[in-house]
Amino acid sequence: MSSITQPIGGHADVAGGHEHHPSGIMRWITTTNHKDIGTMYLWFSFTMFIVGGVFALTIRSELFEPGMQIVTPERFNQLITLHGLVMIFGALMPGAVGFANWMIPLQIGAPDMAFARMNNLSFWLLPPAAIMLLLGLFVPGGAPETGWTLYPPLSIQQGMGMDLTIFAIHIMGASSIMGSINIITTILNLRAPGMTLMKMPLFCWSWLITAYLLIAVMPVLAGAVTMLLTDRHFGTSFFNAAGGGDPVLFQHVFWFFGHPEVYIIILPAFGLISEVIPTFSRKPLFGYASMVYALCAIAILSFLVWAHHMFTVGLPAAGILFYMYATMMIAVPTGVKVFNWLATMWRGSITLEAPMLFALGFLFLFTTGGFTGLIVAIQPIDVQFQDTYYVVAHFHYVMVAGTLFAFFAATYYWLPKWTGHMYNETVAKWHFWGSFIFFNVAFFPMHFLGLAGMPRRIPDYAQQFTNWNQVSTVGAFGFGLSQLIFLYAVVSCIRGGKPAPAKPWDGATSLEWTLPSPAPYHSFPTPPVVQ
Amino acid sequence: MRRAGMDQGGTGLAASGENMVGTGKGGARRRWVATLAAALLAFPGIAFADWAWNFQPPASPIADQIERLHELIFWICVVIFIGVFGTMFYILIKHRKSVGHQAAQFHENTTIEVIWTVIPFLILVSMAWPATKVVLAMHDTSAPDMTIKVTGYQWKWNYDYIDEGFNFYSTLSTTLDQIQNRQKKDPHYLLEVDHPLVVPVGEKVRVLVTAGDVIHSWWVPAFGLKQDAIPGFVRDTWFRADKIGTFRGQCAELCGKEHGFMPVVVEVKSKDDYATWLAAEKQKLAAVADDPNKVWTQDELVAHGKKVFDGNCAACHQPTGTGNAAIGAPALVGDKVVLGPAQHQIDVVLNGQTNGVLQHPPAGGKMPSWAQLSDADIASAITYTRNSWGNKAEQNVIQPKDVKAERK
Repeated sequence: MSSITQPIGGHADVAGGHEHHPSGIMRWITTTNHKDIGTMYLWFSFTMFIVGGVFALTIRSELFEPGMQIVTPERFNQLITLHGLVMIFGALMPGAVGFANWMIPLQIGAPDMAFARMNNLSFWLLPPAAIMLLLGLFVPGGAPETGWTLYPPLSIQQGMGMDLTIFAIHIMGASSIMGSINIITTILNLRAPGMTLMKMPLFCWSWLITAYLLIAVMPVLAGAVTMLLTDRHFGTSFFNAAGGGDPVLFQHVFWFFGHPEVYIIILPAFGLISEVIPTFSRKPLFGYASMVYALCAIAILSFLVWAHHMFTVGLPAAGILFYMYATMMIAVPTGVKVFNWLATMWRGSITLEAPMLFALGFLFLFTTGGFTGLIVAIQPIDVQFQDTYYVVAHFHYVMVAGTLFAFFAATYYWLPKWTGHMYNETVAKWHFWGSFIFFNVAFFPMHFLGLAGMPRRIPDYAQQFTNWNQVSTVGAFGFGLSQLIFLYAVVSCIRGGKPAPAKPWDGATSLEWTLPSPAPYHSFPTPPVVQ
Repeated sequence: MRRAGMDQGGTGLAASGENMVGTGKGGARRRWVATLAAALLAFPGIAFADWAWNFQPPASPIADQIERLHELIFWICVVIFIGVFGTMFYILIKHRKSVGHQAAQFHENTTIEVIWTVIPFLILVSMAWPATKVVLAMHDTSAPDMTIKVTGYQWKWNYDYIDEGFNFYSTLSTTLDQIQNRQKKDPHYLLEVDHPLVVPVGEKVRVLVTAGDVIHSWWVPAFGLKQDAIPGFVRDTWFRADKIGTFRGQCAELCGKEHGFMPVVVEVKSKDDYATWLAAEKQKLAAVADDPNKVWTQDELVAHGKKVFDGNCAACHQPTGTGNAAIGAPALVGDKVVLGPAQHQIDVVLNGQTNGVLQHPPAGGKMPSWAQLSDADIASAITYTRNSWGNKAEQNVIQPKDVKAERK
């Protein structure tokens, strides 16, 4: 490692005279440039977001009325599974890695990621994995009908779509682990002179912690699905009681991955929001140190709460009490973060450009999802909510209005740096209000459906659930269409627009704003010196 | 929320049919909301549907405690919500650049950071205390008045009155025509079964929950009871219904194709009515008890077999025997197995199979094992497939003893 840290200054040749690179498709296939790779990650994420969105709208269309209309029950279950897997592994995680690739080197003053070639491989593993995942729809038996959680013995019954899914998860896991190693190495070794860890932008901090989480839990998921594979084809009985196994063992292993996974998805979003709010409040982030400690606390607690996803499997009372208390504890560091963001805004000089609007939308809706999270953490209440639409509402408040809104905020925040053009503020505001309003129309009624007793993952429902389902479907289509505004805003910003200055936001302070816009293909060939 | 009287109109999922149409204050307010939403969104069919939005009225002490706990925590959250976002909107109005507010530059205050770490912690403790009491109450399965074993199957429930020595299956009774929109939907569409579970009011019922194939979850919202049914393991839980009526819930764990079509219906009867029902049920069972040596006529087998087939097999193989290629359920019309030696077909039905290879429970195959059905049921269903839809098998009468001989 020391060989990397020392000669940073001597790497001037990384940039000079290297502005020319392969053009056309070969530029993207062979690139080792963190900006190119970040761009590919972000477009991949958006593509999968649209694919997963089409699945979601098919689901919502089927649920517009009682009775079966559009798809068969088995196809419905397959769409449920793929919607979850595509959004989590295709849209949210690669999206976060895209921001990391683009911004971490710029924010810490590094010339590129530490392992540039591995970076290329990390990305290029994703498209084949996604194709394998989606191929399930076209093989005999279709994609898994299990939901993204893949619980056995149901997953043992599935056709070859299940095997495709298992291999796709293996590949995506490998991609995530390589990406994480790269991010950790970059942050620990390539920071500019003077940039101590506690001076790093909070986005880099959030990713440093996320990367450790990924390295800790992606192998656990790989282990779980490998055991599924051997149970399916090689006669083992990890999850088969008749052979001495236990179906619930899978749930323990899966959620030991699955709960940290939730934080893998939300922590980078916390980091992004911590960049945007100070900038548009024109005031330094309040409680930087406690923000870092809160991130660490959330990460550690995330390993101790997995069984709250299993509150109805029949855990002993002592187990339930432990997981209930531990889960409730997460409200403390999360609360600290929300209070710190508010304190950052307090007595600031606030303007409401699109990044700030999305950050405020995040704050409002993510916190709402946090409250419902606290409610479902209370085990007796969760007995009524487990596997109902209340839970569906809860995790869409934290994943969509949380992470996705943070991605939108960050995209508008950095588009001028990426493209050299200002985006159209009016179009972006339309995107925000469309997303904000229709998100709530789509997902708020799901709380009512869950309270009234509608299970999740059902293709047809009793008639007293009709009206809220119809409201929700209308909202879902509105939300989906609002994302076309986003596509328009981004594409038109790439193609042209008012030229962006090096620092378009007067409250911004981090290193990327010292570079011209668009950021040069090779940036920081000589590291900047921080204070 | 409960005190607001909004749930008193009933939700349809809840206590018996009388409650289906919203009545009283809650219903009136709900209709007003419905009218408003109709005006706003102009949905078709709004006048006929419902806006169920809160818990079903509790019908057991545990469900009641859960609802009170939810109310407590919900209102604490609402108060914090108003505090936090009241502050946020105050900041957004007062500390805007457009109103000329200059940014301060402070970025730390240890005192306040300690305060907003400690106070939420204390609030959590105040929530955890009552929650713990309910958790412990829910786990107290001691001293039950009766015990019922509930077994989940794809896609039905079996209720075993183990003190009384009889059991029966409980299957969705909504017709396929209603599901496929060829027929008007019943008021209890998808929440009605052929044989509901029947229990006496006021008695502590211990429930043993397990499954025969994949994981299911037995859920009765009005009793505050949801217990996953794990194949190969038995979990116990309990309820004490304190209201007479019919209570409806659904399977709550994704269990395959017909997951949305396996409701849970519990009828709570007075102690006298329950005793009458129990006596009648035992008499009925004695009358039809399988005499393993009884020889059935072909007509008897086909007639009984049609019932068994429609209730168990038609979900995949279709009532017309045409199968469902999308899920790998072959057509039984002209099928090799159905027209071939009877012994092989009995093996397939008893053990289940995947791609022509016999499987064994509880892992199950694509075609699940049906070993839980009685010999007479299996013999009838097989006889039915061999004599229907134009099938004319050589061995066209299968007797219960033939099935019994194949069981291991």
